[in-house]
Formats: sequence, C-alpha cells, structure tokens
Amino acid sequence: MPDIVSKPGPATMRDAFIESTGRMLENNPNSVVVLADIGVSQFKEAGLFRYAGLSDKFSDRFINVGIREQLMVGVAAGLAKEGFRPLLHSYAPFLVERPYEQIKIDFAHLGLGGIFVSVGGSFDTASSGRTHQAPGDVGLLKLLPDFEIHVPGHADEAAVLLDDAAAGDGRVYVRLSEDSNASGRPVVPGKFHVERQGSAGAPAVIAVGPMLDRVLEATADLDVTVLYATTVMPFDSWTLRDTGATEIVLVEPYLLGTSASEVSGALHDRPHRLLSLGVRNMELRNYGTLEDHVEAHGLDAAGLRDSISAFISAE
Amino acid sequence: MALSQNTNYGYEDLGQLMTLMTGDEKHSFSATSTLDVVWTLYDSVMNVDPENPQAPERDRFLLSKGHGPMAYYVVLAAKGFLDIEDLKDWGKFDSKLGYHPDGELIPAVEIGTGSLGHGLGIGVGMLAGLRLRKQPDPRVFCLMGDAELDEGSNHEAIALAGRLGMEQLTAIVIDNNSASHGWPGGIATRFENEGWSSATIDGRDHEDIKTALTQSHPGVPHVVVAKVEEK
Repeated sequence: MPDIVSKPGPATMRDAFIESTGRMLENNPNSVVVLADIGVSQFKEAGLFRYAGLSDKFSDRFINVGIREQLMVGVAAGLAKEGFRPLLHSYAPFLVERPYEQIKIDFAHLGLGGIFVSVGGSFDTASSGRTHQAPGDVGLLKLLPDFEIHVPGHADEAAVLLDDAAAGDGRVYVRLSEDSNASGRPVVPGKFHVERQGSAGAPAVIAVGPMLDRVLEATADLDVTVLYATTVMPFDSWTLRDTGATEIVLVEPYLLGTSASEVSGALHDRPHRLLSLGVRNMELRNYGTLEDHVEAHGLDAAGLRDSISAFISAE
Repeated sequence: MALSQNTNYGYEDLGQLMTLMTGDEKHSFSATSTLDVVWTLYDSVMNVDPENPQAPERDRFLLSKGHGPMAYYVVLAAKGFLDIEDLKDWGKFDSKLGYHPDGELIPAVEIGTGSLGHGLGIGVGMLAGLRLRKQPDPRVFCLMGDAELDEGSNHEAIALAGRLGMEQLTAIVIDNNSASHGWPGGIATRFENEGWSSATIDGRDHEDIKTALTQSHPGVPHVVVAKVEEK
C-alpha cells in the first residue's frame, strides 16, 4: 500500500494567491494578470512557491502598468473586451478606492468580468498608517451591481475562493488578509457555513472571514448559532433565515454594518434586532499592529463578548 | 430629401440627419466638433462592416470624449450601423441613444463613455489583447477632447502606450481650445515626449484628416491633433 502523504496547504493567503494564479494561467489561456507594481516582486521571486518564476513562465500574460492604478483597471477592462479573463491585484486602497470610477464605468457599466484580488485588509499594515488601510473596500464594491465578494478567513479557503473566481466569468472581489483563523473551514462559494448550532431560535452571530476565531472565543459559553461567512455578496439569506433567529449580530472585519442592509432584507418579514460590529468609521490616528487596531475597534474576543452579551441581555 | 434607411448617405446629408434628432435646422460647429474626423474615419479610414459590427478583424473606435455624440450617431446612421428611426428617439427613456453613448445598447459602439478619461486606457488594454491573440491588423482609434486631456488617467495611458510601442493605437485629440489651463508647448508635444509620433491638422479638412490617420508610424503609437473652431 503506498504511503499516504498529506499535502500541506498554502501557509498564507498570499501563498494561496500565487499558487491559484499559477493554476489559472496553466488552465485558462485567456487569463491575464494586470498589476500596478504591487505584487510583481512576489511573482518573480524564485524558490518560494510552487510556481516559482511565474511571471517569467507566463511573461506574455503578465502586464505591469507601473504605479498607475486607473490604467491598471482600464487595461484590464480592455483585455476583458477582447475576451480575456483579467486578474487585477494590489493593496486594497489602491485596487478599490483610488480607481473606483474605473471599476464602476470600465467594468460594471460595460458589463465586463474580472477578478480583483486585494491584500492588506482593513489594517494589516497598521504601522503604515491610514493611507494603507481600506476598511471601506467591501462597502464600495457592493454598491456596484453583480460583484461577487469573498472574504476568506484562512489560506485554504482563499485557495477555494480564488479557484472558483478563476473558473467563472463574472466580476469577483477576493479580499485577502494576514489576519487568519487557526484553521480553514469547508467553504462553498456563496454559502454560509454553520459553524455552531444554537438552540431553536437562539441569536445568530454572523462572523465574516478572519473574525471567526474571535467570535468563537467570545461566544464560547453563550447559546448562539454561529454562521461563518466567506462570501458576503451575494448574501446567503436562506441560511440566515433557516436559523429562525430574530436577534442577529453581524461581525465584520471592515466597516461595521457593511452587510446590515442584506441582513434586514433577508429578515424583512420577521421582526428582528440587529447589532453590527466592525471597524468604526473614524480616523484612528494610531499606528501599531493589526491586533492593536482589532482591539481599538472592540473586535478582540473580550470586546466582542462585552458587546454581544450586552445586546442579548438587553432584550 | 426624405430620409430612409437604405440611402447611401454622404457628408452633406449629416445635417439633415441631425435635424431628426433635435428638430433644429442648424447646428453650430461647436456642437459638432468631432463630425469631420468621425465621418472620415467611417468613410475612408477604418475597416468596419455594418453587417458584422463586432467582427474580430474590425478596427475599434472609442469615443472617449463621450460628450456631444450627435455627430457620432449620425455618422453611424449614415453608414448603416444604426437605424435611422433611432435618431428620432434621442434621449428618450427607451432610446438606444443617450446624451452619452452606451456600448451595451448599440452593437457598433465599443464602450459606454461620458465620464472623461476612460477610453485611452481601455484602448491600450484592447490592443494588449489583440497582441496576445497575435492579431496585428486591427487598429484602435481613440477620440478625445483637448479639455479631456486634463484628466490624469489619460497621461497614465499615454505613457504606457509609448513605452510598449503600440503602433496600432491612434489617439485623436479634437482641439477646440477648451482646456481651462491650456497646453503650453502644444498638445502633440505631450505625446511626443512619451514616444508617440504626431500630426497636427485642420480638423475640418477631410483630406488632411485622412492623410494624418493613415500615415505610417512604425513601432510607435500615433496622435492626431485636429484643430477646430474655438469653443
């Protein structure tokens, strides 16, 4: 009997991204990567990833436009017009916020598909300051029609969601982060995962992406159903409705309340209460670490526990 | 003349076609600053077929400027890319023809524009795609206004197209001197500095326009600055 060798998954979401991009380029000759300097060195770096030297191997399908984010989106749209499947990548502020009108017009208005992959999350590089933080990215993209938005909480999940995006033809945003849960879940694109089932009608806590471990710790001894969301657009209304919950807590790793309207829409015919927890909309003039900012916004396990307990007991 | 769909229209008919859209008997030059360039492109420069407006081998025309598309619509109608009847519904709720064009509504229109500074970047991407498909023949013509050049996104595209030597790309700048702060040194110089070839011409002279749009410019993109009456 042959030895069974377990294959290690990607160590980080960035690793998953490099590997998935390699699979995409191998499998789909119409796939093209469009960069604005960010990410170029990683793709060129030799010996670190399975697809070492990727950009050399597929050099004709890597287009680096330089530090020109509006052009990155425009060029990608032009490629999509010609039947290609473009993948665009940068830090979230430079991928989403700076060229937002290009995404709106060149992709959404022209009805084109593409894969937008960001790194940096809300404050992965907190010490870099506000310019490198984008807690509003998901909120902005959900304003545009037909954007599928994935927020993986682990590298294994990122691989699944990126591969799914590569196989499709729509507009997809995949938000990668250094913030990660300890282990991945068996995610299905577009579906919430029922992480913990509470009693019938118990409050439902929706943990988005990297917030799951903190939510589980915060609610360890509470009778709640925990839903795990790695796709937030489209919003899995049916799984939320199936819980029977009328008290909902939404815990997001970006601007609080980003998916609040989807929760209300899902429960439009059911009186309910909603607590939205996430990054507060403020200029937090502090540097430090990701964990410092998580705590500052009350999103660490202790902060979440205080907020969730107060909400449930306030009924 | 009674206008119908199957007439072989000439340049002299464009005014009457415009009247279908607006009801006005006269149209000022400033409202039609693009008319002569667009007419020449469709009449004697571009490889396009109204029977197959999305043919892979077609030349691509991008009205980046988006504004004042009356001229664009009447040329498309005169050349059989649009139903003449559609002109009468210009701007109405169910019309295919808005005050800025929407490529999703008209097969012969490549993109939707109106917000300035989008066309050239998309054009660079289209040419990158054509290169990947090893299609050397289709050209991309992108029409802009001199004031539209104020948008920084254009300069991102001008720089990259020059570096990549996009010979199949032609930018046309309709210059009616409407940029608020002007272009010291001239518009053509902005492109030439990035490695483009250039021609500055009378934007009302069809022979000049045709010559400038068909001149050889091996290995580099080309800009045609078409001067028209001041706005």
